[in-house]
Amino acid sequence: MGTFTESLSTAAGLIATADAKLASIVGLSLQVSLTAVAFAATIGLPLGAVMAVKRFPGRQAIIVVLNGFMGLPSVVVGLLVYLLLSRAGPLGPYGLLFTPTAMVIAQTMLITPLMAALTRQVIEDAWREYEEQLRSLGATPWRAALTLLWDTRFSLVVAVLAGFGRAAAEVGAVMIVGGNIDGVTRVMTTTIALETSKGDLPLALALGFVLVALILSVNMVAQLIRLWAVRRYG
Amino acid sequence: MDLIRRRLLAALVGLALLASPALAQEKFIVVASTTSTEQSGLFGHILPAFEKATGIKVRVVALGTGQALDTARRGDADVVFVHDKVAEEKFIAEGFGVERKEVMYNDFILVGPKDDPAKVAGGKDITEALKKIEAAKAPFVSRGDKSGTHAAELRLWKEAGIDLDKVKGPWYRDTGSGMGPALNTAASMNAYILADRGTWLSFKNRANLTVVVEGDTRLFNQYGVILVNPAKHSHVKKDLGQAFIDWVVSADGQKTIAEYRIDGQQLFFPNAKR
Amino acid sequence: MSSVFPLVLEQICFAPSGQPIVDRVCLAIDGRVRTVILGANGAGKSVLMRLMHGLLTPSSGRITWCGREQRPRAQAMVFQRPVMLHTSALRNVAYGLKLAGVPAGERMNRAAVALERVGLAPIAGRSARVLSGGEQQRLALARAWALDPQILFLDEPTASLDPGAAKEVESVIREIVASGCKIVMTTHNLGQAKRLADEIVFLDRGRVVEYTPANVFFRNPRSAEADAFMKGELPWT
Repeated sequence: MGTFTESLSTAAGLIATADAKLASIVGLSLQVSLTAVAFAATIGLPLGAVMAVKRFPGRQAIIVVLNGFMGLPSVVVGLLVYLLLSRAGPLGPYGLLFTPTAMVIAQTMLITPLMAALTRQVIEDAWREYEEQLRSLGATPWRAALTLLWDTRFSLVVAVLAGFGRAAAEVGAVMIVGGNIDGVTRVMTTTIALETSKGDLPLALALGFVLVALILSVNMVAQLIRLWAVRRYG
Repeated sequence: MDLIRRRLLAALVGLALLASPALAQEKFIVVASTTSTEQSGLFGHILPAFEKATGIKVRVVALGTGQALDTARRGDADVVFVHDKVAEEKFIAEGFGVERKEVMYNDFILVGPKDDPAKVAGGKDITEALKKIEAAKAPFVSRGDKSGTHAAELRLWKEAGIDLDKVKGPWYRDTGSGMGPALNTAASMNAYILADRGTWLSFKNRANLTVVVEGDTRLFNQYGVILVNPAKHSHVKKDLGQAFIDWVVSADGQKTIAEYRIDGQQLFFPNAKR
Repeated sequence: MSSVFPLVLEQICFAPSGQPIVDRVCLAIDGRVRTVILGANGAGKSVLMRLMHGLLTPSSGRITWCGREQRPRAQAMVFQRPVMLHTSALRNVAYGLKLAGVPAGERMNRAAVALERVGLAPIAGRSARVLSGGEQQRLALARAWALDPQILFLDEPTASLDPGAAKEVESVIREIVASGCKIVMTTHNLGQAKRLADEIVFLDRGRVVEYTPANVFFRNPRSAEADAFMKGELPWT
């Protein structure tokens, strides 16, 4: 219990004094994860929507795969991306390994299936209600997917937040492809792992509290935006 | 519709921001080193001095020695800085490294529980201590991760005349982890463990552990630095990498290494040949 | 715009799982009269309408519009329960126009006019999902009407509404007819059929049993099934 309270007060202290090193680590964590969310949403949301409205051979198999990949182990994704980006690998010449860009790539691959699967479920439920009317008005499946994406946007916020949560909290992928380089690819989760392995458990736990506070803050901001938008657009 | 456009814009901006370090064309090298070296805090001390002298930034990727050398074999690092002479010479023999230069040494220590079930505390002979631990089947934690420390541990068992494969049992815990996590494990199960002094000095979760054997010359841990062979990997930054190597073996670099202390204790002893 | 009529159904069958829901239906519907499809629940009225509108594909048979097999764009459908997007009433109507390819500026004007015509101009900016049942149904009619269709399908348009709202919807339907648009409607409300129909298509278990002018049908149904149907229905529902 002592470690717990000690860590809580350390965490509060770090946040209150806006510790410079911590601030830059938090900044990088947000930059990497938010960028990954942006890419994953751009790919995953339309993908999920089209999966929901279009029928095609093999659809059920793809749904099973998408749902399964929601739980992809982050360390496996990290390993795959490492092999892709390594100098010995196909994308080697770009020299992307051990950079924040590699971390964004890995996290995007990690969370796209999650966001696509959740979107598919939301859109499929909406499609049941809207299908006849939209087809009657002459909407093609692609057009209908876009319309429903916009119409269900408030429910999709949850899908996006789920993606952000998964990205901000993972350590396996960013550790392998980023290398946890001080000042370059060190993010919250890899710092916590490092401090734990150095035996400084109170500090690691304190950083853990900061990370949780960060994720909660993002969720809070999203919820406020959602409430404002609901009031505005109905 | 415009939601998607807005997201695309955000993504492009984000990517541009992330790309900007590359665009800024800063001079940097990637050095593959070991977790024990990084966690000792040495790099935090010597790299700022190197950057001040040359303007070159060093990005240290800290892995186990085996992993560090493999990373270099794939061409993902410019320089390796590890502590396993046998593995390093093999690395060069395979053609992946240019030349090995000795930089510094630190030592390993045997750490164990204060109540010392194998009765090895205070001894000066590491092989004797290992024999006693095996005889008593006292809990022993190994790193098991192809690291320099792991390689040293295996050599010492061999020197003690013990065939690990024959006597391995529940007392020998092969964790496959870095120095810090292995120490954590040893601390929580009151086990003996071979550690490098640097990591031990900055390790904060000691619980019941203390130093039981030190000073045996067989415990000395030699560090070497090698430039990754540009003939094998043409993208290797050979000039910047060589500048790093030249600096750590120079009088300046060696002095900076010697000045690094934890709690007043010197950790690394420079011994580069001139 | 060339006429889409006559709408001809040749031997249309719909039997997705073996049992025919619509059985060898032959009809020739022209654009001058108001057609009402009557029948008991499960007779196949809604399915027949969806086949005509093109939402369902027949298992066998041919549907032609003025001799052409191509499904025309100049048609619209209003369902029993209106389905609105989570946006304003005006934008819902504009959405239909957008799908029809109307350019942005013209879209909003035409949408506003459509809302005027059905008496919903005051609530143009209100969120469509919070409107009452009758208002939403009138909005659905506005959306369909704004497309300037030659034929409008209506599937039990007042079945979910209270009598007051139903009356308002019926009056909008009359205006649509007056503007030159042909309607094909299903209902199980005999009073409504009497008020709005020029001709009746009577379906029983997927087959067209009678296809006669309305006044003939109501005074003197030729088939036993139609007779039984009307006796079962209370005249004021």
